[in-house]
Amino acid sequence: MTDINQLKYSYSLRLGDNAWILSHRLAEWCSNGPILEEDLALTNLALDLIGRAQGFYKYAAELEGKGKSEDDIAYRRNERQYFNNLIMEMPNGNFADTIARQLYVSVFEYYFFRELKNSKDETFAALAAKTLKEVKYHMAHAADWTIRLGDGTEESHKKMQKALNELWMYTGELFEMNDVDSELMAQGVSVDLSMLKPKWEQHIIDVLKEATLAQPEDIYMQTGSRQGIHTEHLGHILGDMQYLQRAYPDAKW
Amino acid sequence: MNNENTALAQDERLRSFEEYVGEGKAIEPRDWMPEGYRSHLIRQISQHAHSEVIGMQPEGNWITRAPSIRAKQILLAKIQDEGGHGLYLYSAAETLGISREEMLEQLQTGKAKYSNIFNYPSLTWADIGAIGWLVDGAAIVNQVSLQRTSYGPYSRAMVRICKEESFHQRQGYEIMANMMKGTPEQREMAQDAMNRWWWPSLMMFGPHDGDSPHSADAFRWKIKRHSNDELRQKFIDKTVQQAEVIGLTIPDADLKWNEETGHYDHGEINWDEFYRVIKGNGPLNKQRIAHHIKAHEEGAWVREAAQAYKQKQAQKYN
Amino acid sequence: MATDSQLDLWEVFIQGRNGSHHTHAGSVHASDKKMALQNARDIYTRRGEGSSIWVVPAVAISASNPEDAEAFFDPADDKVYRHPTFYQMPEGAKQI
Repeated sequence: MTDINQLKYSYSLRLGDNAWILSHRLAEWCSNGPILEEDLALTNLALDLIGRAQGFYKYAAELEGKGKSEDDIAYRRNERQYFNNLIMEMPNGNFADTIARQLYVSVFEYYFFRELKNSKDETFAALAAKTLKEVKYHMAHAADWTIRLGDGTEESHKKMQKALNELWMYTGELFEMNDVDSELMAQGVSVDLSMLKPKWEQHIIDVLKEATLAQPEDIYMQTGSRQGIHTEHLGHILGDMQYLQRAYPDAKW
Repeated sequence: MNNENTALAQDERLRSFEEYVGEGKAIEPRDWMPEGYRSHLIRQISQHAHSEVIGMQPEGNWITRAPSIRAKQILLAKIQDEGGHGLYLYSAAETLGISREEMLEQLQTGKAKYSNIFNYPSLTWADIGAIGWLVDGAAIVNQVSLQRTSYGPYSRAMVRICKEESFHQRQGYEIMANMMKGTPEQREMAQDAMNRWWWPSLMMFGPHDGDSPHSADAFRWKIKRHSNDELRQKFIDKTVQQAEVIGLTIPDADLKWNEETGHYDHGEINWDEFYRVIKGNGPLNKQRIAHHIKAHEEGAWVREAAQAYKQKQAQKYN
Repeated sequence: MATDSQLDLWEVFIQGRNGSHHTHAGSVHASDKKMALQNARDIYTRRGEGSSIWVVPAVAISASNPEDAEAFFDPADDKVYRHPTFYQMPEGAKQI
């Protein structure tokens, strides 16, 4: 791989992993939703994310140029070789926990893909344009539920606030940048994440205000995903996800 | 005298109702219908809806372990369809004057049934193929026949469902076909799934016509248009050929082509097992309902919150 | 706890593409109109069936009574003059 392809490969992997791991979590809601309609809504979100993961993995495989498939990339790496943000792998918890995760992530992704759409890399730009449409819907879904739960009953208010507080520490690293970011930024390929943070924060504050919820206090921000250092949850996700691929390495499904 | 008049009027109404449906015309929610027709439909449609919803569980069991991106996408979309179909059917049943709350309560208390087949476990990935191919294959035979059922909302739901389900059986068959082309372990897995799902799939059509308790009314009122045995035979004839093409063996020593009838003869179904599972003693009856109740109870505070929010908003703007 | 609620019933109308009618697709449960629209979108347009959705609270719909069908609809049966085929066109005249 040339240097630039190596960088783009890392970037594509990161974006693919975010979508792939979050879709895995959302898919776990299947048959467990609070009402049948919501079960289907969560599945739709998961399907959008799987499609997105496939797009970025396919591009990563192309950039790598070793003849791998999207599935090789999705299923045949180890714990330290995934680069999704930690928040994506956090367990579903109760419905408020899932909605808090969706809110933080989808608002971030909205601002992110709005910028990536202008990438000088045509594939990134095209994938971003498609993703942006989906993310707008994800964001509306999450914000509406945040407001309903925040301004619903006393119980739902408490649960929503608790969920927001607990996940807050995983939002810092969404904006973390490393060499991949800075070098690709110089070429107009990647997004300046530091620019997104104030917009993201304002957007979250506005939603929380309408939801009669308080902005979580700034505490220690957990980090690690850019180095492939995860929570303990990822290993279990992979154990489940990779079971057949690992147990029957020669099989095609 | 008055009572007699009412009784006469009722008879007259029933007669013209039966004449009307006999002509193949559709009944709509606000039309007069005999109580028996209404209750038969509520039972059948809600049972059908519950089957779709409980049916999400055995397949959902493999979502996180689906072996490829494509497989995961297809499986998730398929299970979502089942949920959607449950919803169309609940909608149709609601037009008969029963609420979804009531239907769910009947499901959770065991008063309402769902298809027996979903009380069997999905043990390996091949089961996902077998469920799509055999279970959905059996379901679609039944559903195609129900597209012309006499109750309008049910018929319209079935038309929509059949259109959407056409890919389900195919994707299941594709999984089986790919596994039969694969490694020896995969072929073994596929045959094992075939062995476990074949007979329960045949049971899905219900008891033999003579033993089917609600059949007579259902035929007279054109709710049902084909008999259990007729539909089962159709499924067998179609599926045996598909099994042969990919090299799977049907686990029935008595299965053979009958030149005279132009159909396959098959061995006797284990009706003891059928009734045992219906009565609640299948492999997973209790777990399936427990799963449903758990999700339902864990979602209660969410539904309450949504209602509370609505009320607050209404107060704010009125 | 309050009695369990599956939220309110809404009827869903989908327009397949611009220019066509909104037609009744079925119903969904939702507590507010935003949720009703989103649920209708997630359930009735999974295969790109829609370009526009209407949701209406089921309680807001009034339906004609089948018992009144004769009084309602039969009087229209003999108004043949409302249909173009009622009129004779002179031989050789072309349709507009």
